[in-house]
Amino acid sequence: MNTITYLRHLRIQLALHQLRAGNGRNLLILHGLGDSAARLAPPSPDVWPGPVFALDFTGHGASSVPRGGGYTCEILLADADIALNHLGEATLLGHGLGGYIALMLAGARPERVMGTVIADGPGITGGSSGPTSARITPPLENPDRRTPDPIALMELTSDIRPPDYANAFARLALQNSTIEDPITVCVRWQIPWLDAVISEPGVLNGIGLDDALKHYA
Amino acid sequence: MPNHDDTITFEGARRPDRQYIVSTSGIDIAVYEWGAPNSDPLLLAHGGSDFAGTFDVFAPLLAAGGWRVIAWDQRGHGDSGRSDLYGWSADLRDLKAVFDHVGHDPVVAVGHSKGGELLCDFTEAHPARIKKFVNLDGLPSRRPAPDIQDHERTQLRREDITTWLDYRRGLHDYNRRPGTLQEIVERRKKMNPRLSDEWLTYIATIGARQDPEGWRWKVDPAIRFGGFGPSRPYWGLYRMAGFSMPFLGVLGMVPEQMGWGTKPEEVMPWLPRHGRLEVLHETGHFVHIERPHRVAELVLEFLAQ
Repeated sequence: MNTITYLRHLRIQLALHQLRAGNGRNLLILHGLGDSAARLAPPSPDVWPGPVFALDFTGHGASSVPRGGGYTCEILLADADIALNHLGEATLLGHGLGGYIALMLAGARPERVMGTVIADGPGITGGSSGPTSARITPPLENPDRRTPDPIALMELTSDIRPPDYANAFARLALQNSTIEDPITVCVRWQIPWLDAVISEPGVLNGIGLDDALKHYA
Repeated sequence: MPNHDDTITFEGARRPDRQYIVSTSGIDIAVYEWGAPNSDPLLLAHGGSDFAGTFDVFAPLLAAGGWRVIAWDQRGHGDSGRSDLYGWSADLRDLKAVFDHVGHDPVVAVGHSKGGELLCDFTEAHPARIKKFVNLDGLPSRRPAPDIQDHERTQLRREDITTWLDYRRGLHDYNRRPGTLQEIVERRKKMNPRLSDEWLTYIATIGARQDPEGWRWKVDPAIRFGGFGPSRPYWGLYRMAGFSMPFLGVLGMVPEQMGWGTKPEEVMPWLPRHGRLEVLHETGHFVHIERPHRVAELVLEFLAQ
């Protein structure tokens, strides 16, 4: 099954896919940069028995494409927050860029996020860990409003991800979550922002993806 | 000019001599010019929540000094198009589109607040295109953290985040709150407590529009002042330190809601080799609106050197 519910984020229509029904806790999957919800295979019921949802971020999949770009990770955080609000509570599984967004949402809404799994995927590193020489991206047109929006691909591969910024979201989740072990990292790539998350006492690391999901199911 | 009531005037204020649109990435940017079209160009970048019409006294003074002054409304501000998203990289692209429209020869750039910070980025990315650079109270510094426990500071950040997210969740009315002209003047007065009502009323008739329900500021409600993000405002100082062109920084020393509270001693270590700093005491953050004659005089002196 794949049913889509459209949610509104200001002028954007966000596509929230239900990939599978089930009994138990909701799983909300956040895709990687340039990917889409419809391309994701839900985990098997023995790994995750509950309903499985996946969100198309702004400019991706079946969500609408904004005029003139302006993408930031904070905008995608607001996308994910609107999906979470629709579901009430959920465990998050984020791939790549979606893993970074999942971490931010875990810190922002710790009372509604029932565990976060950060997994490998496109856009996991971001642009840099701190200030860099200024760079102005050339204007890009996307008149057909196709997805993934090429402006999203351009802007979201150069976003800055300072380790202390990522760490602050991890701390918020650890300090305010209602569950044990609220963050699990299943990423094999060593990345400064992620290293800062892993360094926080209480963050689980080095666990397989299925085992991490079972931990929260 | 749209919605401007010509009966409301202010001494020295003059609407632009020319107005046109520069389209970029599907967004129409409203551009304004004062002065002779064949004079050397000087580009003026406004600050956050502001608009080019706030230069209506300052720009004519620069034009009278022999410059072709070009300003624009940033996306979502004034008469420029509304966008679906707003972000720093998009503002920078829009800025570059206006510069490209003017030409690729080196120009003078003047920016206030956020406009000054945007210009710091543009100047670092395209140093050969800036002849001289004036930054008007757009030099945020690294201020010492407040004297609170680390845990409390984290909670403060969470409040910033959830307030912003709640705002985005709940915003379904894309119109700003209407009011009488006097009421919207009062709202602007919180940003500019030191301006006269006469000046503020003029500014409101440019920066707001009137519809059957009243006056509304022409700033997209999707743009919300404050918020949070990974960038640090003081990174602009790092860029400034390496500028090779003549540079003038101007600081307004009276603390105001929209200002950074930067002190001269926080800027001096970062001044570029050909840079100097002017400090305006008894002046708030909007130096060019509050003291247009003095600031224009400083800028023209600097450009004449």
